[in-house]
Amino acid sequence: MDAIILQILNGLDKGGAYALIALGLTLAFGTLGVVNFAHGALFMLGAFCAVVFNKLLTLEIVRVDPTKTTPWGSPLEVKTPYVQAMLGDWGKVFIDYSVPVSIVMAIPVMLLIGIVIERGLIRFFYKRPHADQILVTFGLAIVLQEIVKHFFGANPIAQSAPQIFSGSLQMTEAIVYPYWRIIYLAFSLAVIAAVFAFLQLTTFGMVVRAGMQDRETVGLLGINIERRFTIVFGLAAVVAGVAGVMYTPIVPPDYHMGMDFLVLSFVVVVVGGMGSLPGAVLAGFLLGILQSFASMNEVKALVPGIDQIIIYLVAVVILLVRPRGLLGRKGVMES
Amino acid sequence: MKHTSKLADIALLIGFAIVVALGPVIFTPIGAGYPDLLQKFAIYGIFAIGFNILFGLTGYLSFGHAAFLGVGSYAAVWSFKLLSMDLLPAVIASVLLAGLLALAIGFISLRRSGIYFSILTLAFAQMCYNMAYSVLTPITNGETGLRVLRNDPRHLDAAFGYVSPMPSLLGLQITGWTGFYICGAVLVAAFGLSIAIFRSPFGMTLRAIKSNQNRMGYTGYSSRPYLLSAFVISGMFAGLAGSLLAATDPLAGAERMQWTASGEVVLMTILGGAGTLLGPVLGTGLIKYFENIFSAYNEQQLTAMFAFLPDGVREAVVKTTGLFVGEGWQLTLGLLFMAVVIFLPGGIMEGINRLLGLKHTPKVKSLGDSPQRDGLGEMVIEEMPPSHGAAEADKKVAEQKNAEKKRAVAP
Repeated sequence: MDAIILQILNGLDKGGAYALIALGLTLAFGTLGVVNFAHGALFMLGAFCAVVFNKLLTLEIVRVDPTKTTPWGSPLEVKTPYVQAMLGDWGKVFIDYSVPVSIVMAIPVMLLIGIVIERGLIRFFYKRPHADQILVTFGLAIVLQEIVKHFFGANPIAQSAPQIFSGSLQMTEAIVYPYWRIIYLAFSLAVIAAVFAFLQLTTFGMVVRAGMQDRETVGLLGINIERRFTIVFGLAAVVAGVAGVMYTPIVPPDYHMGMDFLVLSFVVVVVGGMGSLPGAVLAGFLLGILQSFASMNEVKALVPGIDQIIIYLVAVVILLVRPRGLLGRKGVMES
Repeated sequence: MKHTSKLADIALLIGFAIVVALGPVIFTPIGAGYPDLLQKFAIYGIFAIGFNILFGLTGYLSFGHAAFLGVGSYAAVWSFKLLSMDLLPAVIASVLLAGLLALAIGFISLRRSGIYFSILTLAFAQMCYNMAYSVLTPITNGETGLRVLRNDPRHLDAAFGYVSPMPSLLGLQITGWTGFYICGAVLVAAFGLSIAIFRSPFGMTLRAIKSNQNRMGYTGYSSRPYLLSAFVISGMFAGLAGSLLAATDPLAGAERMQWTASGEVVLMTILGGAGTLLGPVLGTGLIKYFENIFSAYNEQQLTAMFAFLPDGVREAVVKTTGLFVGEGWQLTLGLLFMAVVIFLPGGIMEGINRLLGLKHTPKVKSLGDSPQRDGLGEMVIEEMPPSHGAAEADKKVAEQKNAEKKRAVAP
């Protein structure tokens, strides 16, 4: 029993990441009709926002302390991060909390990146076939990756969660669950809720939803739907970005983390139903949980190697049995 | 392209064979005249030619073709281990195995089209890749990679008393220039086969599927058997390339199956020009050239290259170019990829045609029209009926487009 609960919990936080990425993908697809293979790269860029922010915070001021000397007799150099020098103890707290705080930086940065990508590249691809869209965004993903690799190197850069969240929660004797994963799960649920609230409760969201249904009619009503869709694409980038930021303490970011997630999240989107936001979320959590169940030793003993292929297997079955995906709308990409 | 005579096709094939034969001479001035690299050109050329039969003709974008290459490699290495060091059994084994795998994957994936097809093939390829690393380790030797050992049984060799330390073809060792000419001969054969397929009724059917699958259905064609054959054929080409790859470097690893490898063959094909005969080979050559020559540049060489510039400027120039060569060559690759898709969807072949003004081709507006998009999206018009004048043909196309637009608006 304990093992099952543990696997569900493990699956939930992984599922949270899948759901967030798939949500962004679906937003871009549902509004602009664009299949964005660079979405994983946006996740990666978000993660590197956290890295950059941490680096900025820990820039150090070097002062020579004349009263003390090193064992070799030269004056001792005291290095203090400038934030700490400026803000004292608050600076320390600031650095400790660099990962969650960097969301503040990541949101405008990712929004900007998303809008630039949409205006600069993707809008020329609305009318082109999906194959072209896949290929051009695939190229974009390579370019983004390589730029990050150039500046940050190929090795993963570990980020730490704030001190108080670094431990684990001892639920029962057998169930130990790291605090940060709980935070991640809560965070992903909050972001998902925020996106849905934005789309369901605001006028802007209403217009966007109307545009997803029938773009032409909304345009005929005199609404500049294209600009709103651009903003939605930016929003998708933000969702991917913050998902990346919060994921950094779980897996140290490196330049190709996005690609690893991309393939999976595409599978998630397809399983959930192309263009269906609730479908993406549901499929994200479902596949996350399925994957952690498949990696249980008992299951692996039964069907060796199942943990490696379960997600793809599920995708194949779903695509063949339910061409629309779990919650796909009728008539959307259904052939 | 279509209204070329049989003679022109034969001339093209012979010209191609001559270029391959003179490869060492032609490629020396640009620093690519060594057998290892030319061999790679040839092997990946075969891979791309095969991929082009699927993507170029039918417009179905497979994102999992590297799986067939990888399976071909494994099959070839096992043939080297168990049967014989000769290339022939290895080729037969890997082509058959890759064909079988393609049959299975294609049978399932081809039930869907468009992006779903891409994702299904991607899912299958990732499954193969993941399994090669985990469950199938006894067969694939996991991360270490499968290699040929001296004391492997090699039953056929033992029966004939044939001993060869390296993979060979009827006694010719596949190394150095011999290796290149063996691969080159296979490349020419593959090219000839692809010409034959392009010109055959089968090839025309595939093109028809690309331009409008529904209409094909109305005229009574069941498109799936044709698509499946195309898929299997291109999988077999990939298996063939995989066996040659294993023969030149008898160490098969799962990384050959990774989806970035599948992306690479897509890039090679579209860079050259999907749906054209020469395009895939040209694209392959260009990319493998980039990979080998560009990635070898380092800062000293760049500094020497730009020695004529004044000091301050030189440093800046070296720094910026340094971004794109050496370790950063993939950045160049990505940019190239985007540039081709954006500006030249017809690939290099279209660029050449446009430059020379050889043919009156309407601008290619998309790479491979996915079947269900047709009629709404832009159509790829590949050829004109030969009897009409260019102007007349243009008018006809315009009319057709108008009619199509009307039809699209009507409901």
